[in-house]
Amino acid sequence: MTVIVEGVGLRKRFGLTEALRGADLAVRAGEVVAVMGPSGSGKSTLLHCLAGILRPDAGMVAFDGRRVDTMSDRQRTQLRRGAFGFVFQFGQLIPELTAVENVATPLLLAGQRRRTAIGAARAWFDRLGLSGLDGRLPGELSGGQAQRVAVARALVGRPRVVFADEPTGALDTAAGDDVMDLLVTSAHAQDTAAIVVTHEPRVAAFADRTVLVQDGLVDADEDAQLGVTR
Amino acid sequence: MTVSYALLTLLEQSERHGYDLKRAYDERFDGGRELTFGALYRALSQLVKGGQATMVAVEPGAGPERKRYAITDAGVTDLQRWLGEPEDPRPQLQTVLFMKVMLALMSGRPAKTYLRAQRSHHVARMRELTTRRRAAASAAALRLDYELFHIEADLRWIDHAQSRLAEITADVRGGSGAGEDR
Repeated sequence: MTVIVEGVGLRKRFGLTEALRGADLAVRAGEVVAVMGPSGSGKSTLLHCLAGILRPDAGMVAFDGRRVDTMSDRQRTQLRRGAFGFVFQFGQLIPELTAVENVATPLLLAGQRRRTAIGAARAWFDRLGLSGLDGRLPGELSGGQAQRVAVARALVGRPRVVFADEPTGALDTAAGDDVMDLLVTSAHAQDTAAIVVTHEPRVAAFADRTVLVQDGLVDADEDAQLGVTR
Repeated sequence: MTVSYALLTLLEQSERHGYDLKRAYDERFDGGRELTFGALYRALSQLVKGGQATMVAVEPGAGPERKRYAITDAGVTDLQRWLGEPEDPRPQLQTVLFMKVMLALMSGRPAKTYLRAQRSHHVARMRELTTRRRAAASAAALRLDYELFHIEADLRWIDHAQSRLAEITADVRGGSGAGEDR
C-alpha cells in the first residue's frame, strides 16, 4: 500500500527541551496507527508535525508525495481543511451550534451549500448511535456522545488522514470503546488513514498497528515487528 | 519454573552449595515465599538431569556432606533463551515477568530488549482480542474484556518497569560491576 503521510528525521525543540530527536514514521493510505509512549515522549509533537500544525526544526514531512514542512502557511491551512481531519481530547465542538451543524462545519468551510452539508451530516447520526439527537447542543450531550460527534465532524469530508490526540482521554472505558469503534470502522469504510495518539493500551489495540515513541524517537523495533498487520 | 532459572542465574555467577543457593534466593526474592529445601533439591536434580547444571564436588561439612553445583554450557544457553523470550499473555503472569527482569539484570543481560519484546507480544495479543471483541455478542465480549484488562495491567507494569529501568538496574546490580544493560 502507498504511503500517505511520512515524517523523516523529525526534530523539534521547545526551549531547552528536545521533543523530537530524529523521529521517523510512515503511515499507509487507509491505515490506522496508534502512537503510544510515556508522557513527554514527544508523541503529540510528532502528531502536530505530521499534521502541519507545527513546523519541525529539521527533517521533512510529506503528504501524498508533497512536502508539507516547506509549504506556506496558507497552503498548509488549505491542506488541513481539505485533506485532514482532527479529533482532540475534548471534542472542541462549537457550543452555539447544534450537533448536526457541528458535523456539517467542514463541508460548509469547503464551500458546500448549507442544505447539502446538513443533509450529509445528518446521515451520520444513525451510524453514531445518536438518532434523534442531531438537534441537540453540545452541552446537552454526554462526553461520549459529544466525542462521537467530533469523530463524525473529522470524517464527514472524507479526508485522507485523521489526526486524533488522546481522543478517549476524558472518557470511561465503555464510552472510549464506542468512540474508537466508530473511528476505526468509519476510517476503514472510507479508506481514511488515522493516526491516534494515546497512552492507553486498550485504545491502541483498536489500531492496525502500534508504534512506541520514546525520548523523541519512534521505537523502530516495535514498528518493524508490528508493521505487517494489514 | 522460575525457581530453576533463578538457580541457573545464581550458578552462572559462581559455583554454589545448595544452602548458598537457598540463602541467595531468599535474600533476593524476599517478597515471595521462602524456598524450601524440598523445592530447592527437586529443582536442582531436575537441572542436573536436564544437563543444565552439574555437581562438581562433594565436600564434607559440619553436618551432612555438601554438594557443590555449577552451570553447564547448555544451562547458559537455556537461560539466555528463556530470558529473551516473551511470555504468552495470560492472567497472573506477573511473577514470571518480574523474574525475567530481575534475572536479566542480575546476570548482566539486556532487560530492556526483553521488555520491548514482551511489550510487542502483549500489544499484538490485545489487538487480536479487540478485533474478536468488536465482532462478539455482549456476553462473549465481557469474557474477552476480562482478558483484555489483565493484559493491559501487565502492559502498564511493563511500561512502568521500562521507565524505571535505570534505577532498578542500579538497585539490583548494586555496584557489583556486572555488564551494562544494552
